[in-house]
Amino acid sequence: MTKTMTGAKMVVQALIDQGVEVVFGYPGGAVLPIYDEIFQQNHIQHVLVRHEQGAVHAAEGYARSTGKPGVALVTSGPGATNAVTGLTDALMDSIPIVVLTGQVPTFMIGSDAFQEADTVGITRPCTKHNWLVKETDKLANTLHEAFHIATAGRPGPVLVDIPKDVQFATGTYSEKAKRKSHYAPQLKGDIDTITELARALETAKRPVFYTGGGVINSGPLASQLLRELVEATGFPITSTLMGLGCYPASGDKWLGMLGMHGTYEANMAMHGCDLMINVGARFDDRITGRVDAFSPKSKKAHIDIDASSINKVIRVDMPILGDVAHVLEDLLKVWKANGRKTNTEGLAKWWKQIAEWRAIDCLGYEQTGKIIRPQHAISRLEALTKDHDRYITTEVGQHQMWAAQYMGFEAPNRWMTSGGLGTMGYGTPASIGVQMAHRDALVINVAGEASWLMNMQEMGTAMQYRLPVKQFILNNERLGMVRQWQELLHGERYSSSWSESLPDFVKLAEAFGAKGIKVDDAADLDDAIREMIAYDGPVILDCLVEKHENCFPMIPSGKGHNEMLLANAQVQGSINATGAVLV
Amino acid sequence: MSPLKIKKGSSSHSAYDLRSHFSDVIERHTLAVIVENEPGVLARVIGLFSGRGYNIESLTVAEIDHTGHRSRITVVTSGTPQVIVQIKAQLGRIIPVHEVHDLTVEGPSVERELALFKVRGQGEARVEALRLADIFRASVVDSTLESFVFEITGTPEKIDAFAELMRPLGLQEVARTGVAALARGETTHV
Repeated sequence: MTKTMTGAKMVVQALIDQGVEVVFGYPGGAVLPIYDEIFQQNHIQHVLVRHEQGAVHAAEGYARSTGKPGVALVTSGPGATNAVTGLTDALMDSIPIVVLTGQVPTFMIGSDAFQEADTVGITRPCTKHNWLVKETDKLANTLHEAFHIATAGRPGPVLVDIPKDVQFATGTYSEKAKRKSHYAPQLKGDIDTITELARALETAKRPVFYTGGGVINSGPLASQLLRELVEATGFPITSTLMGLGCYPASGDKWLGMLGMHGTYEANMAMHGCDLMINVGARFDDRITGRVDAFSPKSKKAHIDIDASSINKVIRVDMPILGDVAHVLEDLLKVWKANGRKTNTEGLAKWWKQIAEWRAIDCLGYEQTGKIIRPQHAISRLEALTKDHDRYITTEVGQHQMWAAQYMGFEAPNRWMTSGGLGTMGYGTPASIGVQMAHRDALVINVAGEASWLMNMQEMGTAMQYRLPVKQFILNNERLGMVRQWQELLHGERYSSSWSESLPDFVKLAEAFGAKGIKVDDAADLDDAIREMIAYDGPVILDCLVEKHENCFPMIPSGKGHNEMLLANAQVQGSINATGAVLV
Repeated sequence: MSPLKIKKGSSSHSAYDLRSHFSDVIERHTLAVIVENEPGVLARVIGLFSGRGYNIESLTVAEIDHTGHRSRITVVTSGTPQVIVQIKAQLGRIIPVHEVHDLTVEGPSVERELALFKVRGQGEARVEALRLADIFRASVVDSTLESFVFEITGTPEKIDAFAELMRPLGLQEVARTGVAALARGETTHV
């Protein structure tokens, strides 16, 4: 069905037709016609953020917690440049978002007009794809295509730049894309390689599933199939930071997260395995450590929808290009049809070995005295919230790693964190995006005080839309992870890594009209957390913790998985000059 | 390095792909990239090479099908086998890229480049330049009493050789198009 309407109305109509319910945005001169149309309808709710970066992270939080694309709307020039960090974040973590930017009118492009920026030029390397729409007649199709590109294949951010005259002009709107997109990534994996992998499952003595964000992006069915496969084979499973929740943390096959701050058992299993089954992960450098020492004796299978992820970092023996759910379904079918065999004898030995690694209790800590240890704070938060309908977002740093280590995720889409880009300031706006999608859920942003200050203005958004997001701040008055690296690598010279002149977080909360709670005694911690949960509205919980705690276990830069550090005592001289150059 | 030290895509040398995909040998590959002819598509391709640190030795681009909105980018690049595979995968990820063909490994191919040479000289040097141009089948497309513009077509190596010969004879200026390439035989990439 086609209709004639203005470009601005087309934007709103296309969002409605794409099933969009919420748009995070900030108005400005170049998007005023679109805001005028938003004003005159009731289908889409617009959430006014306080900074465009917040709009994009909120859209990411919305997308990660729902599996649907998130939408942000910002103006030209500074509106668009402020969106760049969020776009890059979404690109690195494969999050489907659609960002709409206003642009100066077409006849002024290139004249250095007020609030003009080369938005498509600036965002080309940080989007999956972007468009500058110069004709109103092409707008509807471009918007529909934008949603398709953002969500199909490996998801990612897209941007549509819309000049103001295109918004005012009238054109033809169609409900669906006029021509079929040529972008149709392959979903089914190569059955011969899947069969080869099914055979490998039967004989493997020391197998391990290494799963990642691809499982979550593939949808709930992928997690379900993965669980079925893990239970049926009895193989151990670990996951990247991005994949937490694809297999339940309470499951007995769960080894915990792997990687730089992963568990001892997960990393040792990766190092010692004879069959590694990578499901939707990308051999990131946080995972592999030293590449030439990475899992030297294993056959490796890699299921990924992005051909460029395969053999990029680590050479694999069984590359399977396809969607996780489709491939796992075929893999299960083939393996079952061949008689559901596994190497039970080998597996029993493998689990015995894993039990020994587990017995090291790499996440063990002792809470004594008044000063709250951050691990304890997270453990108590976990204990007191795990039975709630709970979503966790984080900022970036030590607190993020402790949250990944000490919290348990039973389902996908419950854990929103900036993995690839490591964006401080992600968590607060993300928590707002999550809460917009799940109004009755308990949404907690586990933060550090330094990260949290980076996008604290979004507390205003939380207040305006009555979003009861809980800001759980582990306050060590330090840039904890920076401090940790300076201790390990830079002779304990703590260059600019402590937070001076911190605000009084309780007063700050009250200034926003929210509730502020401060806790500095381990004995009061549970009550403070309960009070935070019980309060019907946004809360900032300022949890003062031990200032010099380091995050362990840790694979030092330039080392292999089997060279993990478990505690401070092992640190001295552990990182050499070649390791120090790595980040 | 492969056991037989075959540096290039081996198909033109042998029936088997003898290259090790993880060797350290730098190979030169000619890629044909069929793209949607839309604004910014060249910037996407070039941005990929600069952003990920890949080499471009030569690059040509022109529309090849007006009604079908197709352009063909011929890019000559170099890298280890792993890098070449990665370049192709990354190119394939660009949304307006329809097809990526590695002409170096997909079978025999022909490569041609066109160049214009401005040579200034008098007397014997001028005569010698004209004589060499004749040997190289370069044609004179402009002439004054003291200068020629030669047009030459051939492989990049042939053009390099011609440039070397012209240098002592008064070579002033060179314009090269970069490589255009097609697979030999009946294979088509459109």
